[in-house]
This record gives sequence, structure tokens and C-alpha cells, in this order.
Amino acid sequence: MEILKFITAGSVDDGKSTLIGRLLYDSESILADQLEALQASNRKNDDGTIDLAILTDGLKAEREQGITIDVAYKYFQTEKRKFIIADAPGHIQYTRNMVTGASNSNLAIILIDARKGVIEQTIRHSFLVSLLGLPQVVVAVNKMDMVDFSEERFNTIVKDYQQLAAKVGLQNVTYIPVSALKGDNIVNPSQNMGWYSGKSLLDHLETVEIAIDAAATHAYLPVQWVVRPQTDELHDYRGYAGRILSGSLRVNDKVTVLPSGFTSTVEHIDLLDQQFEEAGAGLSVTVRLKDDIDISRGDILVSSALKPQVSQLIEADLCWMDTRALDTSLTYLIQHNSKVTKCRIQEVLYKVNINTLDKEYEEEFKLNDIGRIIIKTAEPLVFDLYQNNKNSGGAIIIDSRSNVTVGALMLRAAVD
Amino acid sequence: MSKYNLDYLDELEAEAIYILREVAGQFEKPALLFSGGKDSITLVHLAMKAFRPGKFPFPLVHIDTGHNFQETIDYRDDMIKRIGEKLIVGYVQEDIDNGNVIEQKGKNASRNALQTVTLLNTIAKHQFDACIGGARRDEEKARAKERIFSVRDEFGQWDPKRQRPELWNIFNGKIHKGENVRVFPISNWTELDVWNYIRRENIPLPTIYFAHQRDCITRNGQLMAASEFLNMDSDDVIENRNVRFRTVGDMTCTAAVESYAFEIDDIINEISASKISERGARMDDKVSEAAMEDRKKGGYF
Repeated sequence: MEILKFITAGSVDDGKSTLIGRLLYDSESILADQLEALQASNRKNDDGTIDLAILTDGLKAEREQGITIDVAYKYFQTEKRKFIIADAPGHIQYTRNMVTGASNSNLAIILIDARKGVIEQTIRHSFLVSLLGLPQVVVAVNKMDMVDFSEERFNTIVKDYQQLAAKVGLQNVTYIPVSALKGDNIVNPSQNMGWYSGKSLLDHLETVEIAIDAAATHAYLPVQWVVRPQTDELHDYRGYAGRILSGSLRVNDKVTVLPSGFTSTVEHIDLLDQQFEEAGAGLSVTVRLKDDIDISRGDILVSSALKPQVSQLIEADLCWMDTRALDTSLTYLIQHNSKVTKCRIQEVLYKVNINTLDKEYEEEFKLNDIGRIIIKTAEPLVFDLYQNNKNSGGAIIIDSRSNVTVGALMLRAAVD
Repeated sequence: MSKYNLDYLDELEAEAIYILREVAGQFEKPALLFSGGKDSITLVHLAMKAFRPGKFPFPLVHIDTGHNFQETIDYRDDMIKRIGEKLIVGYVQEDIDNGNVIEQKGKNASRNALQTVTLLNTIAKHQFDACIGGARRDEEKARAKERIFSVRDEFGQWDPKRQRPELWNIFNGKIHKGENVRVFPISNWTELDVWNYIRRENIPLPTIYFAHQRDCITRNGQLMAASEFLNMDSDDVIENRNVRFRTVGDMTCTAAVESYAFEIDDIINEISASKISERGARMDDKVSEAAMEDRKKGGYF
């Protein structure tokens, strides 16, 4: 069984909470004590049925202050798959939260209110999904019950969205007409939309292709920790512990250590008492090499045939996440996998108005701003372009005054 | 090996090992909080995968309320012998004796809330900068919003509004002196995932997780183990029941469930069919709707 991680983009008004509640409820993922609490609540729909939006209700701190705190994670599973929902609330800090939730998702559900169609918020959400490079998108046209389950209305919205998808560069878009409130096409096929022959939302989530192509790219393993028992019998043991972020690694593979450039051969790949002939992307392993070379945390092992980028001057998309604006004269820290080094934003090339997608040329980079910049790092980064591999092409900026994560970077090109 | 995807247990395992190794790489003085429950036992197993044949780069820390199930303490001591790692114990009794905390009174008295003080004192005494815990996001809605690297201020407090965004597989463990980070490597696991993993990996567990006969009393609709730690009076009727425990905590706040699950397969079947969530058997969460949120803000893990 596999795990599908997805994010839902939309506001409370689009019925996002109801949609998530409906998915959990109809797939029987709500336990009795939670259901009991739900039924005891005095929030009901107009027709007396349970308000499913309560299932995604927030913390006391949120209710008291009328705010919502970034991303909440929800878990459910069916016979076919396990699901992790990153539920990012739609308020003023939405950009930051959606970027965070999307960074770890394989799929995005973009909610559109059938009465309103494609609106400014849809543009914003779609741009962010494209920026973060999510491989699969579902456009859920919700509240179909409010437009008499009209096929014509649905088709108009699909046509409008296709233009937007082309503009922001989204592929693999699936369109599903739903009513989260009434349950149409969420888990069970709709009785009211005979004209729709596609899958229900859950059916789609259970079957959509999410496998990765390990052969398409080089093996890339950032060293997190060097295992050195230093006991009598394991005196010379050096195990390089890390997670393979792309490609696959085999015993006898030639590998290069970057940035130093030393080469060696893989002798063992193991984990406790498990030995691997070949280990693929996603696995955490401990690797031993034939030669005794100097490798420490932050170094990257790559298969020798294909090389990632190595650079100190990098063009990247930046999403700013802090209330204190970007200061181009300040030295920040950049964290990329297990490597932390100093950096400075050398130049702001442009910002993107995420409501209109227009480029704007101004220096000031504030909370929730997104744009293209050039970053200079104190030590070279060993990375892949984000569009090719988001695990080795993403990085964060840390403000060393507050130690807080203030920016998300999608590395786009080495500038050399 | 071309198009492929990891099985979910392999993916969850790899993620947890990755997080444990980040703790080892990023912090000076980490510790693993060990409760004797299945989640922290799973963490110890994952740490073996992350660091063997080397030693763990951190000690295990147990906060002993003094109201433990004896089976848990026996298990803990056997395990430490088996894996040969260092154990540090913080005693709630010491904080009671020193007057740092005052024992609750009355029928539902429990030391569960007091252990937060002992935990914070133990962290301060040993200057731990990161504490690894076995909490999972599926347990409770306050947990659902917590980061994998959760920064606590110098008073151990969690501020849900000031959490750091956590992107991709990058964990920012930078802190100021006096602050510390709680790290939750199995955040993305569900109760069922933990059990399936324990079965797959053949991890031994304390016997109280499996069905056994025990003297119990019924309190607020929940079955509690009769013990010297529970304040009982003449209204309490002791009955011998077939029970097991789904979570392992202090004897005064951990309720049993009626069960005939003697083997791990039975337990997995039981949980798959169950309609009560795991924390539904924790009296401490039942106090109010925001019980967990409030305790976390106070420094609870």
C-alpha cells in the first residue's frame, strides 16, 4: 500500500472544511467517540444534519482569537491507499501555509465554487501549485447542487480553467463536479449528475498514478551522520547514514562525493541487519565505501555517471514567510538538506503578483511575497533544479537573529 | 528499478530514521523520551536502525511518576540491558518530596499533570537541547497542528501561533540558548501503522498491551486497573475482567479496554474494527475539549 499526500486549496466559503469532513465521514474514517462529540455539538446544517466542517475545527487559541494557525494534518485510509491531508486554512497568511503544505504533497485539490467559477483566488492557488511543482491536480467544482447540477455550468468552468492551467503551466489536471454538502461524487457517485462518467473524488485519489521514476535521475544521498562505532572489532567501520532522495544506489556503483569530488565504490548498503543489493529513492540507509575518504555531514554522495549542479550563485524562486521584510544587505543562513551555510540575496529580479500573475519590479520583499532572486552562498550547494527534483532542489532561509525559517527557495538555475 | 513507490511502512520508517539522524546531526545534547509505551519502544527500534552498529548519540530519558505499571518498568530495565544504551530517570516523587509540586487530592487524583514539572526539571538539569518523543498527529487535534521539530521556549512552552514553517524534508533546529526542541519522528504514523510496524519488525512489547485478567473498577464509564495508587472508596466495586491497555501511562489515568486480543494479529484486527479512538481511553484528555492543547502549552510533550 502506498501513501498519497494531498493539499486542499480553497476557503471555508468554498466548502473546503465540508469537503474534507465528507471525505472522512463517507469513507468511515471517523471514530465513534469523535462522532459522539460531533453529534453533541450544537452546530447543525439547516436541515438538521451534522455540520461536517466541525471535523476540521481548530484549537481553542484559534477560536478565541478568530484566527487559524497554519497547517493541520489529517490521516485516513481505505482498502487501497493511505492518505495524509495537509489542511491549510484560507486567511491572510494563506500563501505561506499553502507553500508549506504543498511542499510535502503529491497532489492538490483546488476547490472552485460552481456559482462563482474561476476567480482571483483560483489563480493564486493554481500559481502556487505550479510553483511548488505538484505532479497532480484535481479541480473539484463544488456546490453543484446550487447550480442545479448543470453540465453546461461545469463545462464552462472547465474551459475557463484550462486556459488558466496553460498559463501557469499545470499538467495532469482532473476535473470533478461535486457537492460536498450533499455528498455527490465525493466518495459515492452522484445520483444527480448522470452526465458525468468520471470517477468520484475518493476513487480518483485511490487510483491516480503517483509512482516516481527512479531511473530518470542520478542517485543523490546527502550524508546526515557518520556511523563510527570505534570498538575493537569495528575499529575502521565508517558508515555514511542518509536518505536516498533520488535515483537508486547499487553495490559496486561508482560514486562521487560532492563538493570535494573524491570518487569511490559502494561496498555495502545496509540498515541494522538488513542488506541491500540496490536501494531506491525514499529509503534511509547506511552506506560503506571501498576507500577511506574524508566525508562528513552535509556532503552529498551521487552516482558518478550523472552530476547535479554545484554552485555558489543560484537563481531561485523565493517565497518570503516572515513579518520582517527581506533585507538584501543582511547575511542569512541557507539550509539545503543537511547543509547549512551563510548566504545573501544578491538581487531581486522580479516579484510576481499572484492575483494577476504580472511581474513587478520592486525591491521590497514582504510576508507572502513571491518572486525570482539571485542568491549567493558562502559554500557551494550541490543541488538539482527544483523542477527536476524537489527534494534536492528546495532550500530554506533562516534569519540568524531569530533562528526562524523566513523563506522557501526553489532552486532554478546555477548562475556561472 | 524504474517506476516504483515505497510501501507505506517503508516510507514511514525511512522518514522517521531521517528525522532521528537530523537530530543527531543538528543538536549538541539530544535525548529520547522513553515512556515504556509502544510508540517510544518503536522509536528505540528506529534509533537502532538509524545508528547501529554505532551507539545512540543520545541517552533515553524516562519520567517516572511512581505510579507505573510494574510490567512497564520490568520491560524498560530488560530493554536497556538488551540494547546497552544509557538511561536517565527523572522521578516525580523527588519533586513531590522537594515541594516543587503538590500531589492532587480526591478520587480522580493523578500524577500525570505533575510529570511536566519533572520533565522540565530533567531537561534543565541535563541541558538537553532536543527531546525526541513518540507523539503522533493522529492522536488529537492539538497534535495535528504541531511541527515535527517543535520549538519550546525557555519555560518549555509551545506557542501554536509562532511555529516555524516546515518545508520539504528540511528541519530547522536552530535555537537560542535555553530553548529546546521537541522532535516527533513518528508524527505521520497512525495507531494502526505503529501496530503493523511492530508486527513486521517483531518488536517485543510490555505484556499489558495484550489481553490478561486484572482487577478493575469502573470510573466515569472507563475501566481502571485497581491499584494502591488509585484513590478508591466503598462505592468502587472491584471486578476481575479480561482487559488490555491501548496506551501506557500513569496507572491512575490510563483506562483499560475489555479485550480478548492475546496476540498481535488479534490486536490489529481489534483496532481495525474499533470505533473508539486511542486517546478516548485517556482520562487526561477528557477533562475539557482543549485539554491537550493547554497541557502542551504548559510544557507537556
